Amino acid sequence: MATTPAARQRGDRPEAAPAPETAREWLATMLLIRRFEERAGELYAKAKIGGFLHLAIGEEATIVGAARALRERDYLISTYRSHGHAIARGTPPEAVMAELFGKEGGCSRGRGGSMHMFDLARRFMGGYGIVGGNLPIAAGFGLSADLLRTDDATLCMFGDGATNQGTFGETMNLAALWRLPVVFMVTNNQFGMGTALARHSAVTDLQRKGESFGVPGVRCDGMDVADTHRVVGEALARAREDRQPMLVEAITYRFRGHSMADPEEYRTRAQVAEWRRRDPIALWSARLIERGAIDQGEVEALDAAAVAQVDEAVAFADASPFPAPESLYDDVYALGDQVRGWYSVDERSPGVHRGEHEREMDVDPRMREEYDQHAAGRHDSGGAPRPADDAQARVHDGERGG
Amino acid sequence: MAVMRYREALNQALREELARDERVFLMGEDIGVFNGAYKVTAGLLEEFGEARVRDTPISENTIVGMGVGAAMTGTRPVVELMTINFSLLAMDQIVNHAAHIRYMFGGQVAVPLVVRMPQGAGHQLGPTHSHSLEALYLHVPGLLVAVPSTPADAKGLLKSAIRDNNPVIFIEHEYLYGQRGDVPDRADGDHLVRFGEAAVRREGEDVTIVGISRMALTAQRAADVLADEHDISAEVIDPRTLRPLDLDTILASVRKTNRCVVVEEGWPHGGVGANLAALIGEQAFDDLDAPVGRVTGADVPMPYSKPLEQIAFPHEPQVVDAALATMRDI
Repeated sequence: MATTPAARQRGDRPEAAPAPETAREWLATMLLIRRFEERAGELYAKAKIGGFLHLAIGEEATIVGAARALRERDYLISTYRSHGHAIARGTPPEAVMAELFGKEGGCSRGRGGSMHMFDLARRFMGGYGIVGGNLPIAAGFGLSADLLRTDDATLCMFGDGATNQGTFGETMNLAALWRLPVVFMVTNNQFGMGTALARHSAVTDLQRKGESFGVPGVRCDGMDVADTHRVVGEALARAREDRQPMLVEAITYRFRGHSMADPEEYRTRAQVAEWRRRDPIALWSARLIERGAIDQGEVEALDAAAVAQVDEAVAFADASPFPAPESLYDDVYALGDQVRGWYSVDERSPGVHRGEHEREMDVDPRMREEYDQHAAGRHDSGGAPRPADDAQARVHDGERGG
Repeated sequence: MAVMRYREALNQALREELARDERVFLMGEDIGVFNGAYKVTAGLLEEFGEARVRDTPISENTIVGMGVGAAMTGTRPVVELMTINFSLLAMDQIVNHAAHIRYMFGGQVAVPLVVRMPQGAGHQLGPTHSHSLEALYLHVPGLLVAVPSTPADAKGLLKSAIRDNNPVIFIEHEYLYGQRGDVPDRADGDHLVRFGEAAVRREGEDVTIVGISRMALTAQRAADVLADEHDISAEVIDPRTLRPLDLDTILASVRKTNRCVVVEEGWPHGGVGANLAALIGEQAFDDLDAPVGRVTGADVPMPYSKPLEQIAFPHEPQVVDAALATMRDI
C-alpha cells in the first residue's frame, strides 16, 4: 500500500476545478518551491549552506494545496522540512535563502537555519526540529483561538514518523476533548527518515491513527494539488465551524533523500522512478494544458520566473551580512522590567566576569579573529529589518505587522 | 497584611492575576474539580469557570507544549505540574521549545508561560516524587527560575512571573505549602516581588549562608544556632530567583564576611552551590578567607524509608558544621 497512489484506492471523486488564475498561481508556487529546493541542494554541495538540509522535492502539491486552503489569519506550523511551507505562506524566498546562509537577513535572523524557519507576520508559526514537538504547540494555538474567541484555525503538518511519538496521541486526545480548531496533517512520504512506513508503524493506514482519540481521519492524494486543497479545505471547515479537530493523511513521496546526508540505501531506484512519474508539478501543468487553462509557453514562462526569483534570493542571501558578533546574546530573553539586560545571570554586576568573555567580542581579539574567518567574504548591505518588539501584539490584534 | 499559608498566598496570586488579566488561564492535572493536588488552586474553577481553569489529562509534555503554543498566540498560560519529577516528561517542551523559541526564531515571538511545580523531600514519597531539580532549569538559557521560600515571596514572585514575557519555571516546595507568614493583601496595593532581587533574611558579620528554596529556612535556623551556641553572626541570603540571579547582593555580603556556605536540597554535582561557588570564586577570590562551603542533598535517589530519607537532605547541624568549617585555622 505504501507505494500505491491514494487516488486509486479512494475511488472517483468530483474533481475540484479552481479558477484559472488560481490554478496558475498554484503552479507558479509549486515551481518556485521546486526551483528553490534544487538550488538549495546545489548550494549545500558548495558549502554555502551548513548543518542539515531537508528538501521537499516531490511534496510541492501537499504543501501548496494545504497552504492555499488556509485563510490569511489561520496558523500554519510545520517541521524541519519547511522551506516550501514558508514560501507558500508568502515569506519572501530571499528571507528563506538568507536563513539557509545563516545571514542577518534570514527570516529567523540566522539563528534557526534550515530546520527553524518562522514568519509571525504571515502566521507561519515555524519549522520545528524535534519530531512530534510541534503538535502540542499547534493545539496551543487552537486553545488561544478558543480563549480569545476568534475563528482562526490551525493547520499542523508533520511526517509519518511523528505519528509514533507520544505527543501524537496526547495531542489528538486533548484536541478532541477540548474541541480545538486544529487540522493535523500527516505528510506521508512513506519513510520516517530511512525506515519505511510498514517497518515503523503497526497501522499503516495513517488516517485512522487519530480515530481512537476522537479525531476522524480523511485522506488526500498529496501529489494532486487540487485534491489536497479540497480535502484540507473541508477539514479546516469542520475544525473551524464544528470545532472538530481532523486528521488528514496526504500520500506523497520525497524524490530526494531524507537530508543531503542520505545515501538512500533503503529504497530502490525503480520505486523512486515510479513515483517520479507522478511528479505533482508535471501532473498539474499537464492537466491545466489539457483543459486549455494554460499553454506550454506559459508553463515555461512561469518556470523561468521561478528560476529568476531564486536567482534574486541567492543574490540577496549572498549580500546579507552575517549576524554581528555583538548580537550573539540578542533575544535569549524578552527584555523588560525584570530582565533588563541580555545577560540575565548577573548582568547588573559591573565589569566583565571570567567565563563570559564570549559576550565581549571586541575585547577578545582571538574570538574576533575566529569570527572574521568564518564570515570571510561577507558584504555590507543590510538585511531585513528586525521586527519590532510589539509585532506579536500587533499581529494578534489583527494587524499585518513585520 | 495578613497571616496566611504559602499555598493560600499562591492561590491569592492566581486569583488576583486571573481577575486582573483575562488572557491569563490555568491548566494542569486535577487543578479544577479536585482543587489541586496540594490545594493551591482551591476554589478557582468555581470562581473563573471551565474555560480558564482547565483540568487536563495526564500528558505533561503536551500540557506544557500547549502552554507554549497558547503563549505564542496572545494568551498567558499558567501550567501546574504535580511534582518537579513529572516535569522531566515535559523536558522537550520546556528546553527545546519554551526556552529556545524566541531565540531560534530571531526574536519574532515571546513565550509568556509559567510552569509551576513543587519539589522537595520529607514526605516519604520515594525516588520518583521527592527530588529538587532547580539546578536542571538553572542550566538553561531562555528560562527564568524562581524558588520562593516564604508566603509573601510566593505571592509576589508568582504575580511577577505571570506578568513577565519570558517562560518561567516556578518551583514551589511541598514542605512549604503549610508554612505561615505575613503576606501583603490587596489593601496594601499590588504585591509584586521583582525577579533578580535577593532577600537578606538576617544580617551578620562572620559568615554568609545562602539558602535555596526550603533551605533558606534551614539556613535561618542554623544561623540561630550559630549565634546562640557559637557566638557567630551569620548573614542569611535567600536569592529568591536563580535566573536572573542577584549575584551583587551575595558578593557584597561575602566581601563583608569573607566566608560563604551555600545550602541546597538538590544533588551536589553540577548543583546550584557548585555554580555559586564558581561565580564567587571568580568574582571575590581575594575577599575569601576560606573555600566556599556547600551543603547539599545526598548524591542518591531519594529513599522512601523515613530515617534514611531524613539523612538524605540537609538539616541545621550540617549547615552549622559547614559554617564552622569556614572558620577553621583562624
